[in-house]
Amino acid sequence: MTVSRQLLEEVALTPEEYDLIVSKLGREPNRVELGMFGAMWSEHCGYKNSRPLLKLFPTKGPRVLQGPGENAGAVDIGDGLAVVFKMESHNHPSAIEPYQGAATGVGGIVRDIFTMGARPIASMDSLRFGPLTELRNQYLLSGVVGGIAGYGNCLGVPTVGGEIYFEDSYSGNPLVNAFCLGLIKADEIMLATASGPGNPVILVGADTGRDGIHGATFASVELNERSEERRPAVQVGNPFLEKLLIEACLELLQADYVVGMQDLGAAGLTSSAVEMAGRGGCGIDIDLLRASRREKGMTAYEMMLSESQERMLVVARKGCEGKVQQLFARWGLHSDLIGVVTDDGLVRIREGEQVVAEIPAPLLTDEAPVYYREGVRPAYLEELHRFDPASLPQPADYGRTLMDLLASPNLCSRRGVFQQYDHMVQTNTVLLPEQSDAAVLRVKGTRKGIAITTDGNGRYTYLEPKRGGMIAVAEAARNLVCSGAEPLALTDCLNYGNPEKPEVFYTLRESVLGMAEACEALGTPVISGNVSLYNENKGSAIYPTPVIGMVGLLDEVDQAMGLAFRQTGDRVVLLGQSFDDLGGSEYLKLITGKALGEPPRIDLGLEAAVQRCCLGAIRACLVRSAHDCSDGGLAVALAESCMAGGLGLECEAGALERLLQRDGCRVDAILFGESQSRIVLSLDESHLHALERLAGEAGVPLAVLGTVGGERFRLGGWIDMPVSEMRDAWSDALGRMLQGTV
Amino acid sequence: MKFGVIVFPGTNCDRDAHHVLSTVFEQPVEYIWHEDTDLSSFDCVVLPGGFAYGDYLRAGAIARFSPVMRSVERFAQSDRLVLGICNGFQVLLEAGLLPGAMLRNDHLQFRCSWVHTLVESTDSPFTSACDQGQVLKLPIAHQEGSYYAPEDLLERLERRSQILLRYCDPEGRVTREANPNGAVHNVAGLRSEGGNVFGLMPHPERCCEPILGGTDGSYIFRSVLGTGVGGRGPGAGETRTQYPALSIRNVEGNTQNPEPRTEIRGNR
Repeated sequence: MTVSRQLLEEVALTPEEYDLIVSKLGREPNRVELGMFGAMWSEHCGYKNSRPLLKLFPTKGPRVLQGPGENAGAVDIGDGLAVVFKMESHNHPSAIEPYQGAATGVGGIVRDIFTMGARPIASMDSLRFGPLTELRNQYLLSGVVGGIAGYGNCLGVPTVGGEIYFEDSYSGNPLVNAFCLGLIKADEIMLATASGPGNPVILVGADTGRDGIHGATFASVELNERSEERRPAVQVGNPFLEKLLIEACLELLQADYVVGMQDLGAAGLTSSAVEMAGRGGCGIDIDLLRASRREKGMTAYEMMLSESQERMLVVARKGCEGKVQQLFARWGLHSDLIGVVTDDGLVRIREGEQVVAEIPAPLLTDEAPVYYREGVRPAYLEELHRFDPASLPQPADYGRTLMDLLASPNLCSRRGVFQQYDHMVQTNTVLLPEQSDAAVLRVKGTRKGIAITTDGNGRYTYLEPKRGGMIAVAEAARNLVCSGAEPLALTDCLNYGNPEKPEVFYTLRESVLGMAEACEALGTPVISGNVSLYNENKGSAIYPTPVIGMVGLLDEVDQAMGLAFRQTGDRVVLLGQSFDDLGGSEYLKLITGKALGEPPRIDLGLEAAVQRCCLGAIRACLVRSAHDCSDGGLAVALAESCMAGGLGLECEAGALERLLQRDGCRVDAILFGESQSRIVLSLDESHLHALERLAGEAGVPLAVLGTVGGERFRLGGWIDMPVSEMRDAWSDALGRMLQGTV
Repeated sequence: MKFGVIVFPGTNCDRDAHHVLSTVFEQPVEYIWHEDTDLSSFDCVVLPGGFAYGDYLRAGAIARFSPVMRSVERFAQSDRLVLGICNGFQVLLEAGLLPGAMLRNDHLQFRCSWVHTLVESTDSPFTSACDQGQVLKLPIAHQEGSYYAPEDLLERLERRSQILLRYCDPEGRVTREANPNGAVHNVAGLRSEGGNVFGLMPHPERCCEPILGGTDGSYIFRSVLGTGVGGRGPGAGETRTQYPALSIRNVEGNTQNPEPRTEIRGNR
């Protein structure tokens, strides 16, 4: 080996991987080639640690038009239409430079969608931060939110929801997972394939600069005290340019001048050229001197690894290059004819006549090494599981506890955040978060609606990885069902620590197994996704955090269901059963400050039955609201429905006593435990019998809790307070935390 | 009545304006590319919302130099109707077709939410279908929406009743608390001296269908349609025609039942 260890570190390759490159290539790679291998064999591009696990996911289904492997997955929604969606992480850049990190995260995922030919119609963001008591985390939160708003609002793609959680483990390593969904005619989906030797290759959009070099490798190593020095590896976004690219590319795809299109994301020109050639089974020949640059003196190495944003690679039909460039020019976009598709299977990079890199495409893609790592069950699990809820005293004042929960960081209102996002542009938004468990959009020109949710509880996954994975999928599906939609498919971001640590790998493997099992049980295949490993700060890993982005379909968008109680006199019922599931709950976190115990149990059979029953009731127009019990449990779910509707609730003591006896659990577990597969419905008394029959047929336990009305929130003898007081505590809490007054 | 919707690079509410005019109000509509200059076939030109030229430098500051803006100026001089929504309002201010300027919101953040606005005058082709003192519930989505004018100009605007819409509370009280961006005199919408140019920060095109949570935006478009072909400037209120009750459509013509959706969203 004639390469220095320092050089290998720079491209994040091991000496063994270097030897593998030499043997596959039949020679030593030069500096440019080494950089290209480093980027393509990184976890971010090559999935070398996660690939064997990702194969465990079900990826097929009757509606799936495109599974994993392309820029995004696609699902048939009927009427000749398809939705294209994906979620992607931008964690490390956001840890260093939150505004631009998050902004370019949005930019990247939006490009993935319109690269497929689909018009982006909705975004969401799943965010995790350390506690707001630390100033750094406040800075990260406002920076990330500002970046998402600044970029997404300018594009005119509504940000219709998402989630934010605060946990100690994300301090210094926040998670920023951006989701985007696009709409397209099903027969117009464009693939990122280079084909047809002789076809011209065009680079369009921003000039190439020195920003973002090594971004893909940066994303594949742990953050440490020197990470600040990587600030130049964070790209700077230009949403205006991206907006022009969206319109120009969508117009271009209507014109049939193009055979393939790929955005330049992680590993820039390297990955886009290599992946297009690899998918098409052909070669590509690129002359770097023809590509416009932002600055003088850029080397071939820098050109190939730059992650300058807002660039696209287009393979045109031979003879159409002039028309393509004209169309771009009309949108004020600069484009360069930089290369040609070849039939020799080689990725050949030149500077004029001089060849600076020449690698068979498959070596960089399919033949990237795959590691089958060993997992070891972490010792902390047994210790945390030893916690016995029976050792816990009942709270002295249930009402006080509820108020504290409603004002706690993970449960309080997100309005202060989502009103910074334009969530109405494109005039499709029917229901927003805090109005419904999922965002609902109409599909113009049809009667249909699309529901979207993101979900993932890192604390559950930390406490029992497999169950955490299952619950993430189950809860996402439950959210969609509560909004009136039938779950179709999902995308995921797998956010974990360093997979080379056996304990971390165990959590990754087990949670993937759990997710896969839930996907099978609920009929929701995985059609795209992203893996973000090495999420560590100062040597300790984040909570293992699988985040699900799930999409559902409403045949009648008029049936979109909100979570607010809407009518005085309506009866309130609970579907499902409660257990002594206090482990991992917000309640336990509130009173002990810790993540303890086992997360709630989940029976996927019961979950599917509860969802079937709820969806059946909504479709039969039996109910006026639906809301799932999740973080904070039944009491918080009921409180949210009251606050959203501005109406009170009267739960008779007898009804609650009967529920307590039926389920045989503690009072605090009924109120604040986070047992899964439970949904709160409100409905007119006259529909109660029909609902009971539906639940009976599905084998779902049903309990009548009380009646909507008045201005007070009364749960038997346990809680009695004005809804307005709860609302005050809940709605202003996040703002108070950001101003440091809590 | 024929509408033109101007598309600058970076405009992102052009399709929304087109949709509402063509599908909800069933009017002929065409897009006008910012380099086009022939507006002769249109009765009303709409400058929609978005981020023309990325709002770089200042919202609307670059867009005003687009070739189409010279034509918009002449179009306005010919007494035909010009409607600027959000970013379109900002462009009209920068172009000098409306007086005053836009500042950043006083809280410095982008704000997307529903607001209430008070109709101050119905003596305008843009508000003639409203009642005097009516409260319209409309969405806003902007970061640079704090209208500013010096005292003497404000005094003139007030005297000539050029302020058509003011931020207010649900009961119609014009208060500081109801002002979402710090605009002077709670200005939400403003007409030109001649009356045929109107700019407003709220988005009426986002609330003309019950499924979107409200239909008050339709009052603005009904007013415009009620003026008949070609604007008549101030005094158009006299010719105010009662536009037939709207059947609100969700594209395919399935008439929506407005009642349940508004209830769900009533908590805003």
